[in-house]
Amino acid sequence: MTAPRVRRIHPQKFALWVGIISMTMLFSAFTSAYIVRKSAGNWLSFPLPDAFFYSTGVILSSSILLHMAYKAFVKENYQLFRGLGIASSVLGIVFLILQYQGWIALNDIGVFLHTNQSSSFLGVMLLAHSFHLVGGLAALSIVLTYALRKKTLKLTPKRQLRMELVCTFWHFVDILWLYIIVFILIQQ
Amino acid sequence: MADISVTDQDLHHGEDHGDHGHDDHHGDKYQSSFIDRYLFSMDHKTIAKQFLMTGMFWAVIGAGMSIIFRLQLGFPDADLSWLQPLLGGWIDINPSTGVGSLNPDFYYALVTMHGTIIVFFVLTAGLSGTFSNLLIPLQIGARDMASPMLNMFSYWFFFLSGVVMFASLFLNTGPFSGGWTAYPPLSELPQASDGSKAGMTLWLLSLVLFVVSVLLGGINYITTILNMRTKGMSMFRMPLTIWAFLVTAIIGLLSFPVIASGFFMVLFDRALGTSFFLNEIYVAGEALTERVGGSAILFQHLFWFLGHPEVYIIILPAMGIVSEVLSVHSRKPIFGYKAMVFSILAIAVLSFLVWAHHMFMTGMNPFVANIFVLFTLIIAVPSAVKVFNWIATIWGGNLRFNTPLLFAIGFVSLFISGGLTGLFLGNAAIDIQQHDTYFVVAHFHVVMGVAAFFGMFAGVYHWFPRMFGRFMNETLGKIHFWGTLIGAYAIFGPMHYLGMAGVPRRYYSFDTFSAFADFDMMNKFMTIAAIVVFLIQILFLINFFYSIYKGKKQTTMNPWEATTLEWTAPINAGHGNWPGAIPHVHRWPYDLSRYEDRDFVPQTEPLAEGEIDGGH
Repeated sequence: MTAPRVRRIHPQKFALWVGIISMTMLFSAFTSAYIVRKSAGNWLSFPLPDAFFYSTGVILSSSILLHMAYKAFVKENYQLFRGLGIASSVLGIVFLILQYQGWIALNDIGVFLHTNQSSSFLGVMLLAHSFHLVGGLAALSIVLTYALRKKTLKLTPKRQLRMELVCTFWHFVDILWLYIIVFILIQQ
Repeated sequence: MADISVTDQDLHHGEDHGDHGHDDHHGDKYQSSFIDRYLFSMDHKTIAKQFLMTGMFWAVIGAGMSIIFRLQLGFPDADLSWLQPLLGGWIDINPSTGVGSLNPDFYYALVTMHGTIIVFFVLTAGLSGTFSNLLIPLQIGARDMASPMLNMFSYWFFFLSGVVMFASLFLNTGPFSGGWTAYPPLSELPQASDGSKAGMTLWLLSLVLFVVSVLLGGINYITTILNMRTKGMSMFRMPLTIWAFLVTAIIGLLSFPVIASGFFMVLFDRALGTSFFLNEIYVAGEALTERVGGSAILFQHLFWFLGHPEVYIIILPAMGIVSEVLSVHSRKPIFGYKAMVFSILAIAVLSFLVWAHHMFMTGMNPFVANIFVLFTLIIAVPSAVKVFNWIATIWGGNLRFNTPLLFAIGFVSLFISGGLTGLFLGNAAIDIQQHDTYFVVAHFHVVMGVAAFFGMFAGVYHWFPRMFGRFMNETLGKIHFWGTLIGAYAIFGPMHYLGMAGVPRRYYSFDTFSAFADFDMMNKFMTIAAIVVFLIQILFLINFFYSIYKGKKQTTMNPWEATTLEWTAPINAGHGNWPGAIPHVHRWPYDLSRYEDRDFVPQTEPLAEGEIDGGH
């Protein structure tokens, strides 16, 4: 019991994971309520517009690019890091636009937020997820602005940590969307 | 998440290799000006005081509201026109007689606000916010929280939430009045009542901000406890306070997001025309044909999935504080340390499996109700283990009957009284008779209202020197204790009787119910007792603020002769807590009266050769 304490994980990284657990609870509450409500009947089924599948591809590629950007950052290849980082955040914005397009496509076939609980639940989850994505974009843009302002960038442990935090959160938001869309597809 | 907390890196620099952090106690690079030091402070000790004082402000408001509605219940015919300068239009003056009476709508607003304020602002933020902040870094041996900045945000989100709620009190249509549980449809349809208009919008906004505050705080508490303990502070060497704060934060982190989802859906229903929780509603004879398909019961599930763990979020910190105070002031190690830890954990797990016992009467399947009855009654087991251990701790101890100990013993007394009535309510069959009566009100006020306040008072009196370097007045403290204890039983004892007789809660007046006409005297008695108890709390406030400036000065670093780390830091320690290196820990926190020649052995003292650590 007297063995010296070994710090395996940085406190901030740990804090992020704790935060991720709590965000996961938010969405599991939405999906649990979804299941309960659906089982009560009077549930409108509608096909998901293509835009949501495109956006899934976009956010997945964005995550991959960000991971590559991180690798480039660690290898101190800043040209590549900047390019990949920007590409990744642009894809994030494209994702948001596609989500909006998807919602408009639903409206075009007569499915609005208040049409039925099925569309209401989709709407509330889309919005809550988009808020999280905007948070991720904000964090990413801070890192990127910093990287773009400096001509040369030195790799410090602090910067690496910051980058890791942003990556973890970004991948989480990505997986969160996968969870939502797979959940809805299974429920249909 | 990138920029949230760069500061702690610098603050905790080199703590692994014996640092000599902060030579200047009164200001470092994070708190060099008045604003940094007292307002937007990142020092956990200052933030703790901010939480405490904000909590006290809300306690006065919340308790004051209860006095006003108790006046209505005890003296329904009294002339309340003297309250008009304070309440304005909420006092209806009869034009012919000139007699003022409380507006019924405002009565409901007062009941609602009393619940919301005491549960969330006082007993969650004021209790857990204060003591988690004060004690976590000090008792585990850390310079501050993992992220002092998030910690500061946690307080200011709470403050902002309070500002929004406070503003709602001044609305023309009044604050929300549909009960602190905010059940739809009352909480969703503005046409349902005046309080469901702008008051409810502000209520929701305030509580969403509050959830953010709790989550930011909780993330920090968990991270700090699990990652920043000093050398030698293994999990089973942590004081029970820290165990309680850790588990409280975990419960909060898992349950508050769920109610947040419920709040979002209520917001959608209110603002965007969805019908998550609405179905076949008639308001004033008019059918809301557009709002169909939802389920109001679904909201209750989401609410109580938070709501019940919330009860433990309130009571666990109080339990931790009481364990510590009982042990130190009876000069005995806590009885069954590990049993205490495992009881806390068991309570935490079970707290997520009992929520539907708040909903027995919503038409749920009786077989489902049985499962919840079972888990509810099982919670009595770890709770009883704790009670047994507290009594065994003081049994045969060398008790110092000072105010902190008295309040801690009072806590145990109240927890037993209130816990026993829980056994009745937890039973679905008995609940058919008891639900929504004053029996429920008496039960939860005793077991988690007054009891949690007693835990908080024990903590305030015990750690006051740690906060302000002075002591509170003992005589006033004892008057405070006896007055509050006797007064609390005087209020809530008869209330059980009212409940058993079937008197329903939340009624503005009983004058049209002849069955309840016999309880006038009892209601008067409870109201008078409530006023007396309220006045005694004013005494506490005077004692508190007077002692900050004029209290007896703390002359030794460890006035209670406690073993834990918070008493190894200098009196009025600055940011960073220890001027030199952080102390290391070599033993469990309860080495009291272990050796004949020594009253206590601090955690920092190495084990002698052949000595076995106490907790194992």
